[in-house]
Amino acid sequence: MKRELLKFAAFTLLILLLPLLFNGGYLMNVLVFVGINTMLAIALNLLLGYAGQISLGHAGFFGLGAYLSGVLTATYDWNPWQAMPVAAIVVGCMAFLIGFPILKLKGHYLAMATLGLGIIIYIVFNETIDLTGGPSGLSGIPSLEAGGIVFDSDVKNYYLIWGVTLAVVLFSINLANSRVGRALRAVHDSEVAAQVVGVNARLLKVQVFALSAVISSLAGSLYAHTMTFISPASFGFNFSVELLTMVVIGGLGSVYGSFLGAALLTLLPEFLRAAQDYDIIIYGGLLVVMVMFMPGGLVRGIPELFRKVFKSRGGADHA
Amino acid sequence: MKFRLLSFLFAAVTMLLSTNAFAAAPIKIGALFAVTGPAAFLGEPERNTAKMIVDEINKAGGVKGRKLELVSYDTAGDATKAVQLATKLIKDDKVVAIIGPSTTGETMAVIPVVEKEQVPLISCSAGSKITDPVKKWVFKTAQNDALAVGRIFEYLQKHKQTNVAILTVSDGFGASGREQLKSQASKFGIKIVSDDTYGPKDTDMTAQLTKIRGSNAQAIICWGTNPGPAVVAKNARQLGIKTPLFMSHGVSSKKFIDLAGDAAEGVKLPSGKVLVCDLLPKTDSQKKSLVSFVKDYQNHYKAEGDHFGGHAWDAVMLLKNAIERGADTPSSIRDQLEKTKNFCGIGGTFTYSAQDHAGLGKDAFVLVEIKNRDWVIVK
Amino acid sequence: MFFIPTQTPTLTLMVREFLFQKRDKMLFDQILQYTLSGLSTGAIYALIGIGFSIIYNATGIINFAQGEFVMLGGLLTLTCLDLLKLPIWAAIPCAVAVSTLAGLLFERLAIRPLRQPTPINLVIITIGGSILIRGLAMLIWGKDTHAIPSFSGDEPIAIGGATILPQHLWILAITVVIIAINKFYFYHTISGKAMRACAYNRRAAGLVGIDVRRMVLFSFMISSAMGAVAGIIVAPLTMIAYDVGVMLGLKGFCAAIIGGMSSGIATVVGGLLLGVLESLGAGLISSGYKDAIAFIILLLILFIRPQGLFGKADSERV
Repeated sequence: MKRELLKFAAFTLLILLLPLLFNGGYLMNVLVFVGINTMLAIALNLLLGYAGQISLGHAGFFGLGAYLSGVLTATYDWNPWQAMPVAAIVVGCMAFLIGFPILKLKGHYLAMATLGLGIIIYIVFNETIDLTGGPSGLSGIPSLEAGGIVFDSDVKNYYLIWGVTLAVVLFSINLANSRVGRALRAVHDSEVAAQVVGVNARLLKVQVFALSAVISSLAGSLYAHTMTFISPASFGFNFSVELLTMVVIGGLGSVYGSFLGAALLTLLPEFLRAAQDYDIIIYGGLLVVMVMFMPGGLVRGIPELFRKVFKSRGGADHA
Repeated sequence: MKFRLLSFLFAAVTMLLSTNAFAAAPIKIGALFAVTGPAAFLGEPERNTAKMIVDEINKAGGVKGRKLELVSYDTAGDATKAVQLATKLIKDDKVVAIIGPSTTGETMAVIPVVEKEQVPLISCSAGSKITDPVKKWVFKTAQNDALAVGRIFEYLQKHKQTNVAILTVSDGFGASGREQLKSQASKFGIKIVSDDTYGPKDTDMTAQLTKIRGSNAQAIICWGTNPGPAVVAKNARQLGIKTPLFMSHGVSSKKFIDLAGDAAEGVKLPSGKVLVCDLLPKTDSQKKSLVSFVKDYQNHYKAEGDHFGGHAWDAVMLLKNAIERGADTPSSIRDQLEKTKNFCGIGGTFTYSAQDHAGLGKDAFVLVEIKNRDWVIVK
Repeated sequence: MFFIPTQTPTLTLMVREFLFQKRDKMLFDQILQYTLSGLSTGAIYALIGIGFSIIYNATGIINFAQGEFVMLGGLLTLTCLDLLKLPIWAAIPCAVAVSTLAGLLFERLAIRPLRQPTPINLVIITIGGSILIRGLAMLIWGKDTHAIPSFSGDEPIAIGGATILPQHLWILAITVVIIAINKFYFYHTISGKAMRACAYNRRAAGLVGIDVRRMVLFSFMISSAMGAVAGIIVAPLTMIAYDVGVMLGLKGFCAAIIGGMSSGIATVVGGLLLGVLESLGAGLISSGYKDAIAFIILLLILFIRPQGLFGKADSERV
């Protein structure tokens, strides 16, 4: 556990120092999104990497958090600091209730069910025009304020978002190394065996599902208050696939893997801007290649690559 | 290719000859267009047109001796990307003005950014609420969908076809149109008897049309962009619906006729004048710019210069005129834009003021009808 | 209940009766129309759903890229017609052949080399594959929508108070033919029976000498061929673009789930049911939520009866 805390401290230091490198340019804006995506990827990773349950609908919870907080603050003049937890609780309860029937399913069926759920949520955002503004989006969402500081610039948002994200990272690390974490991994390996040793697999899966939804909702609310404008297009099936990609590319079951995956997928479009029309091919190709050659994700694949390179060097010496 | 090389050489020679050009830094104009993604039919011609006209201006010596530099990014129709890229244009590229975005949703997202950073925005999208209420730094060149709706309603009122069924697409364009259709109906004595929607990717609208067929609608207004309306036209024909069918300016391109085929016969829609520029009387003040735009675009890109590319043409030219009147900083450009009077553009004749940042009047649209696979102006 | 004023002359009664009948008839006509439109859309969902089932039964994989073969069929036919100037009866087999080739390549390049075929990896790789195929289609054919001509004209045909197009009849007819060919293949040919054997129990099939890997390849080829045919017969009605495959694929999957992943009649019924319910829902309830209907049905089936309406858990699924 000590090693984990050391890794976390190093990571925190990195995050704190990054803005000094970039000094408030456009890249700060991108890094804010990396923070939000990291939170989302970790949330999905809890469900997918630790508990082994596929979800293709997580953009839905993200969107629910964004719209609930957005509508409450923009239309009903709630205080954002009240709206965000309320949104999280509502989403958590929803996920808890729907988790029971949905998590009876396994593998592909679960994937399709969560996919369907995500799409239904997206359609609701689009159609309830009076409430959400529909396809034209919801604008005028207030920024967050705390202790006299208004969070309306990239640098300020960076520290706010990453503050929360680091808290989520710490929480996940704790969870992974606790009894609950071990129980989750047991369920992942073999649900039956886990039940035999006394783990209430069904309840645990639903609880993780709800937790994952709550974190996603929180990310959504923060997203709404940083962007001050949201539209359904950001919360559709495509984004759910993107999230899944982040988690898989980064490495299932690894918190830092989620960060790597989120960072890579958020920064990649910036570098691919030159190859504008080809980026969709590169994206799909990346998915296929990663799954084929580095199924453990970057966080395991890169060290292994290094090891192979050094090992072959050693081998060459012998020859 | 040859044309490009020639223009490059010409530009190089011009530069060498005019000593001023060495000293003066280029004026950077930012552009956000949805070149890929669902709004590509808007963004691609807009970007092409913007590039073409900026090249032409530079070829002719630039504006007040300075070249224009167009920094253009692809938003893929995504409002979030549009906001990010707007920030990038302002902070990194340090542009003095931004042209675009292509869709109303993206524009609404970008408005808070430009208002905060105080950089003028000339949007190429149609939503009336972009400039209503007026925002200090936001202008638009595309005709308001309010004007398009007014055109159709005016015609319907005149022909006593006041029971109307509306069928709109569930995206930003359709939602904005629907808002306008509903809010202006009573002004023209129109009653909306049926209000249906369809998804942007839907391939069969017979259900909605069957419902409309069973209502007492005297006219059907379909508000969307290709391919949806083409499917609607075909479905209507299949169902034997004889009720007059009206479309929005979203399909004012030959593509709609290609897709709908025979089903497009008799369909009426409001269109920018560029579509029928050949048919306009010589006295029309816009005819000259329209014809030359269409010809230029054809030469450059081997495709038809259309209604959407025109929005970008107008935006660049408006900026050029503002700069020519002595503006070169964001705030001075904004002030000069507001002083624009009677500029004969592609979308119409523009006159901005402190209360009106949309600049167009009723003459921006003509009602056209599709006859024999081609356009005819409806009197 | 009806309020019949005692002073009312019979004329009013007759008028009221007539109006009531007329409204009823109109509603009936509308429902007939919704049903007919729904049947033809449903046939397409059925074809795509059967494609899903074939692959699933032979390999246990859900091929998220199934919808893309539908798209390829349509776009390839367009190229054959426009670029190669082939007549329609030659263009269609050509397009189907190339799509089958694409299916073959997909299996060989993306599925077979997979070292750890866990459900997650398979889901991701088929999703990645579908994105790749879509990207390539976008580059080759552009982002525009294209139309191809109907097989036999556009004159509406009246059935009762509803109308359909000749293309609808083509769709239903070709679907029936494909189902028949399917049935024949799976029940009366050696390779078909071999595929069914793989679906029952891969190991046992391998033990009796069936080349399981080749069966996997065949299943992909057959599914992509079927998807291509579906795309071609529906293209004259719905027009094709590089991204039509996404929703169609998802709805086809819903059809397969309703049918319990059978590659026979059950999925056909599932598809038809889905199409009709969607059409009725759009017309009678709300057009905005049309797509949601398919997914709500999907969720209900998965929650309440995951083996499909007609499936029996763990028994014959082909």
